Amino acid sequence: MSGGTEIPVRVARITPIAERVKRFRFERLDGKPLPYFSGGAHVIVSMNDGGHMRRNAYSLMSPPHDCTAYEISVLHVEDSRGGSTFMHEKVSEGDELKVSYPVNLFQPDWRGRKHLLIAGGIGITPFIAMMEQFSREGANFELHYAIRTRDRGAYWRELLERYGGHRIKIYCDAEGGAIPLTRLLDSQPLGTHLYVCGPAGMIDGVLLTALKAGWPKENLHSERFLAPPAGLPFQVFLETSNIHMTVGEHQSILEAAEAHGCDAPYMCRGGACGQCETEVLSCDGTLQHNDIYLSDEERASGKKIMICVSRFKGQQLVLQL
Amino acid sequence: MLVAGIKSRPVYTGLTIQPNARRHIFALEGEGAKALLDQQPALDDTALSRSEILYVARGSQGSGLDEALRHLGADMFFTAPTIATLLFRLKGSLATAHMGTRLYISGTEGFIGQAMLLALEYGMDHASVITEHRGSLARRVQCVHCKGITDDVTTSPFACSHCGLPLLVRDHYSRRLAAFQGVNIDAEEPGSAPDPEELFL
Repeated sequence: MSGGTEIPVRVARITPIAERVKRFRFERLDGKPLPYFSGGAHVIVSMNDGGHMRRNAYSLMSPPHDCTAYEISVLHVEDSRGGSTFMHEKVSEGDELKVSYPVNLFQPDWRGRKHLLIAGGIGITPFIAMMEQFSREGANFELHYAIRTRDRGAYWRELLERYGGHRIKIYCDAEGGAIPLTRLLDSQPLGTHLYVCGPAGMIDGVLLTALKAGWPKENLHSERFLAPPAGLPFQVFLETSNIHMTVGEHQSILEAAEAHGCDAPYMCRGGACGQCETEVLSCDGTLQHNDIYLSDEERASGKKIMICVSRFKGQQLVLQL
Repeated sequence: MLVAGIKSRPVYTGLTIQPNARRHIFALEGEGAKALLDQQPALDDTALSRSEILYVARGSQGSGLDEALRHLGADMFFTAPTIATLLFRLKGSLATAHMGTRLYISGTEGFIGQAMLLALEYGMDHASVITEHRGSLARRVQCVHCKGITDDVTTSPFACSHCGLPLLVRDHYSRRLAAFQGVNIDAEEPGSAPDPEELFL
């Protein structure tokens, strides 16, 4: 079992949106409709970069009820591991790629009486599909969107036009704007759910401030996609597959296993979903847990590792894979 | 006769004051007052100035718990003659409440369930409501046949107060109805129901 069935798609259109942000529109090669999804869902895009497979998760931002195509927006990150550079520099209209079935780890809580969305930068993407769905369902929502500059901020103009100033608030860092978080948190009606997506520091800040403002954790939702952090190369032995391999500096264990032909399970590839949880058979060294899935007890046990983002330092690591 | 391990059986984890809450609403019934009185060390002036206590004495009438609660000196204190009046008052408080408000419910299971039902209507997640079971084990039961609800059931089986069928009281609980489920115990052989046992005193 790996990431599940992939859907071959053609890049139907590439649209520059803002500085370093492009939108990609994917249509199925066989012309059939794509599966419906729900606001907040993402797909894994598989990129064949000269024989090297790259797989990145991107939030779907087209209307969830529109199955003629999927759209994602890609920020060309400054210290790209290769994925966003590939999407920006090597992909042209008409090219073929593969996308996974949609997965939603950032589902709105539909029992909520109001939805408060907080976005930073490219973290806007899951909210675009979510708001489309809220709007169709007649749900009460409000977006507070922080951007660095008006040139770099994606979609703020379109969103303002579409939903109006009472639902969409833009805060531009270059103009001294900042989300008035404490006031926002204190003035929400009972039954409000908060969703935050953006840089890690922003997510941590918002969640902590909300807890301090007396919000219960059940009403707080966040999505962070962690890129696998780089680190020193290390040796891994996959016992079931009988593969000895080296995990490179900019590679994850999962990526190394795939490069050696091992069909390891995965879903989000960002340390969040738990799908790639792997049993550690022996570990002569230290596990470097980078995920946000395992509990403190599980980490302390040293018996489990999330191979999509976590690393190892030491002599030899043996995994049940 | 109870089937063990039914997942829907509610778990009440006990009343603890949430230090970050901007507002505390306590909905208390009968001996549920003691759950809050036991928290006095955590109730400093700040917490009390943010607190609203709603109390219905029911079986504890005359035991002085209402006076003990009044003496806490909370921002608001309200005693209700019946559960229905208390729930109506609670509804008013929740309707105008903001996030940062935490709800605490203590008393019998039937009371906790009905107050919880109101919290759910106002979009609160049940896991974020703090509950403590105090007092009788009496249950609020829905007859799965006629759908009638009987409060304060202490025996199983018991005769449905609406249709009269002898009902086995199960641990199977509906949060939506705030009631345990009662199922006819002698459907195959009417009249063969065992004697009622006082399981929920």
